[in-house]
Amino acid sequence: MTPATRYTATAIALHWLTALLIAATFPLGLYMHGLALSPFKLQLVSYHKWLGVTIFLLALARLAWRLGHAPPPLPDTIPAWQQRAAQGLHHLLYVLLLVIPLSGWLMSSAKGVPVVYLGMVQLPDLVGKDKALGEMLEGIHEMLNFGLMGLVGMHVAAALKHHFIDKDTTLLRMLPFGKRGNHEN
Amino acid sequence: MRISHYSLPLFLLLAHGAQAVEFNTVQPAGSMVAFAYKQMNVPMEGKFGKFSASIAFDPERIQSAQARIEVDLASIDTGFSESDDEVAGKLWFNTKAFPVAQFVSGGVKALGNNRFEALGKLTIKGRVLDVVAPFTFKQEGRVAVFDGTFSLKRLDYAIGEGIWSDLSTVANEIQIKFRITAAAAPAKK
Repeated sequence: MTPATRYTATAIALHWLTALLIAATFPLGLYMHGLALSPFKLQLVSYHKWLGVTIFLLALARLAWRLGHAPPPLPDTIPAWQQRAAQGLHHLLYVLLLVIPLSGWLMSSAKGVPVVYLGMVQLPDLVGKDKALGEMLEGIHEMLNFGLMGLVGMHVAAALKHHFIDKDTTLLRMLPFGKRGNHEN
Repeated sequence: MRISHYSLPLFLLLAHGAQAVEFNTVQPAGSMVAFAYKQMNVPMEGKFGKFSASIAFDPERIQSAQARIEVDLASIDTGFSESDDEVAGKLWFNTKAFPVAQFVSGGVKALGNNRFEALGKLTIKGRVLDVVAPFTFKQEGRVAVFDGTFSLKRLDYAIGEGIWSDLSTVANEIQIKFRITAAAAPAKK
C-alpha cells in the first residue's frame, strides 16, 4: 500500500477550522482589549473566551487524530533539514494551540472571572483569585499570541513558497476540494 | 453527685442570663457586605469595603430587634478598577449624588431553628423599596454572627441605566450577602 499523499478529510477540516478560528480570535482579542468598559466589550470578551476554548478542543481532537494517523510524507525533493524544521514548527504550533487557551483560562481564573463556555458550561477555576497573578498571566497570554502569529507567518510563508516557488505538493496535501491522491489537482 | 447538684441551678441561672443578653456592639472585623451577580451568565462576586452597622438583637425579644446598615457605595470592590470606576458613575450608583445605600429594619420575624427574617426598607439611589432578608443567628458565648442573603433587581433601583439596562450582559438579579458580628452587652431597659 502506498502512503497517502494527502491528509484525511477530518485532518483537513480540523486544520482549516482552526485557521479560521485563530483568524477571528486573535484580532478580536486585540480589539476588545483596547475598548472602554461597555456591555459590548463584555460580550466580545465572552466570545473571545468561547473561541479560545473551541480552539483548545480542536487542538485536542487534532492530537488524537495524529495518534491514529501518520501525516502524509512531504515530497522527497525537500531536504532533510527542512523536513525536520517543518516538523519542529508543527510541534511548536500544536503546543501553542493548547498553551495559549490554557493561559487565557488561567488568567480568567486569577482575575476572578470563571470561563462559562458558550454561556452554558462553567469550567473549573484553575487557580484562585489573585490580581498580581492575573496581570502576569495577561502578559504571558499576549506574548504567547504574538509568538503564535510569528510562527503562523512562517507556516504560511513556507506553504506558499512550496506551492508557488518550488511548485511541489506540500500545500496540496492540506488543501480541501482536491481529488484524493491526485497531485495535479 | 454533689457537683451536679450544685451546678444545675447555676446552669439555669446562666441560661436565664443568656436570654437577657442583647447583641448590640457590632464588630467590623467580623462583618461584611458582599454581592454576587451574573455577567454573560458568568458568576461574579464583589464586596463593599466600607459600611457601618448598628443592631440590637435579643433572640428572646425579637419584637424589639433593630438593624440599620449603611453602605458606602464608592467603596465597592468588583475586582476590576475599571469596573469600580464605572459603577460609581451616573449610570450606576451615581455616588456623587447618592453616596450611601441604607437598610433600616422595620421588624424581625422568627422562622424557627435560629432562622429569622428581617423586614425593612432598602434605599439606593433615592429609591426606597421593601425588602425581606432572611438570616441565621449563631451565638458563641458573648458574640453572635448574623448571616444573611437576599436578592434585589438592580433595575428597580435604576442601577445600570442607559446601555447597561440591557439585561443580557449584566443580569437584573443581584444577590446581597451580609454578615454582621456583634458582641453582647446588657440589655437596654
